[in-house]
Amino acid sequence: MADIALRNVRKSYAKQEVVHGVDAAIADGEFIVIVGPSGCGKSTLLRMIAGLETITSGEIAIGGKVVNEVEPKDRNIAMVFQNYALYPHMTVYENMSYGLRIRRLPREEINARVQRAAKILELAPFLQRRPRELSGGQRQRVAMGRAIVREPAAFLFDEPLSNLDAKLRVQMRLEIQKLHRELRTTSIFVTHDQVEAMTLADRMIVMHAGVVEQVGRPIEVYDDPNSLFVAGFIGSPAMNFLPGKRQGDEVALAGSPLHVPLPAPLRASAPEAIVVGVRPEHLVAGEGGTVFRFKVETVEALGADSLVHGAFGDATVVARVDGHHTPALGDELAFGAMPGKLYFFDAATGKRLRP
Amino acid sequence: MPGMVENRPWLTVLAHAILIAGVCLVAFPLYITFVASTLTLEQIVQVPMPLVPGDQLFENYSRALTAGSERGAHAPVGRMMFNSFVMAMSIAFGKIAISIIASFAIVYFRFPLRNFFFWMIFVTLMLPVEVRIIPTYKVAADLHMLDTYVGLTLPLIASATATFLFRQFFMTIPDELAEAARMDGAGPLRFFWDVVLPLSKTSIAALFVIQFIYGWNQYLWPLLVTTQESMYTTVIGIKRMITSGDQLTEWNLVMATAILAMLPPAAVVILMQRWFVRGLVETEK
Repeated sequence: MADIALRNVRKSYAKQEVVHGVDAAIADGEFIVIVGPSGCGKSTLLRMIAGLETITSGEIAIGGKVVNEVEPKDRNIAMVFQNYALYPHMTVYENMSYGLRIRRLPREEINARVQRAAKILELAPFLQRRPRELSGGQRQRVAMGRAIVREPAAFLFDEPLSNLDAKLRVQMRLEIQKLHRELRTTSIFVTHDQVEAMTLADRMIVMHAGVVEQVGRPIEVYDDPNSLFVAGFIGSPAMNFLPGKRQGDEVALAGSPLHVPLPAPLRASAPEAIVVGVRPEHLVAGEGGTVFRFKVETVEALGADSLVHGAFGDATVVARVDGHHTPALGDELAFGAMPGKLYFFDAATGKRLRP
Repeated sequence: MPGMVENRPWLTVLAHAILIAGVCLVAFPLYITFVASTLTLEQIVQVPMPLVPGDQLFENYSRALTAGSERGAHAPVGRMMFNSFVMAMSIAFGKIAISIIASFAIVYFRFPLRNFFFWMIFVTLMLPVEVRIIPTYKVAADLHMLDTYVGLTLPLIASATATFLFRQFFMTIPDELAEAARMDGAGPLRFFWDVVLPLSKTSIAALFVIQFIYGWNQYLWPLLVTTQESMYTTVIGIKRMITSGDQLTEWNLVMATAILAMLPPAAVVILMQRWFVRGLVETEK
């Protein structure tokens, strides 16, 4: 058990900097999800914490001790890899106990730990099998078992669910949640899937192009995104963005006669070019508030609800409606934004407009 | 795919006839060799030579193994086969040991001029023993390695082919395996013994077969470095048994020796065949 601190951590390959100074404080026992699109530097950051990549500058501390120059094996952490990285020629038991055998733990202790982990992960019947005789989900569990038996200060997960099919992914997500409730070990989980981030994280770190865009509890990040990027990345389907120009105390949306009033606190500092954002689930059929009218172009019926797509001004808009009240193609519909659910961003910097 | 097979009987017969003819073409000289090794010398020199095995099988082979020919070289073939065996095994194991370590270094360590060294090894593919035989002989002679097992094997052990094959194989092992081992606390040597070596089993077996046969069939190099009959290899022995003077070569013994020389490589191929197949079937990494 330990807290983890990142202080202005940077990574460069040759002359190219890929992680531009990350600061984060991860509390003991916390489940942190680092989420971002591929190439945002999230895996590199995790690998620096693991010790598989050198730290170009800055500091990483685990349990209060700076580990920049410490070998991975001495950092008291365990990692679960995307492709599981199980030793193909070893049985499940041997895979799980390998690290302990290297550490020369007493045989009974090793056995006790492996049996305990096997019980938690329901792997007991498979201990004498080899990885190739297991299903994807079982291999995933063995990889987690290998981490658990080490009883480390922290777990590092590098996109561990992306090789599983959709159904198994949901199931393993729940199991990881349950596991974390039982073990309460500090965990850092890297993913590009915002659903995993939303469901697993105590707090999430949203990264983009080597920079931390926002840190916070999932619902905070969802409700109160700091930037266009975070607003577009968290939440599915993504937030609708409508570019516009400021006209006095209103925003004139491009290609549309609609003027959206700027909230009073933003009026003082709002720039010329503004992007108005509204989530599909915050658009309610009918009049009231700011009303968006558009012709239905596409409908995606998902069962519980349907996604209605249409062109609005120069942008496309998606609204989420009840699955049983699906409009027909070509219908002209009016949607009102829920009060307080319009977001305003500076189009030039991508930053959220704050009072 | 039964639909793809043409069901015309005469075609089947023709195909089989061609195949059988091919087999006969290859097998007939071997059969002649075997028949000759069971005859007396008088029977062999008859024209035409009998094509059915004679009754001298046991005598010919036991004489060849224990005494050798009285004409030409006198060393017993048993001794020669032992020499050949030592040479083939040393070369096979030596090549595998050296090249697996070399490729491990090249694939898993970042050191200055890594690629340069790899290409240097690779370039030696263009320099087989025959090309560098005179300087190599000079070095072996200066180091007093003539007529020794070391002299017989050491100059043939460096192997660019095997290094290259292991390198290609190691590059198919996922990097995460090395990283997982690092997180587990395994140092490079531990990783080599516990992970890389077991995973290379089938590659090692395949290379062993190839290199054993390569070592067993060496001709030019043993011909140069051995002068004492007790250090002859079987392949050299056959050549030395054939006399060039007015004495009549004991062809029955030469042929028995030829058969004996074929047995160990054949045995290695047959015994290791199972591993070969496994190596081809097993795709998991």
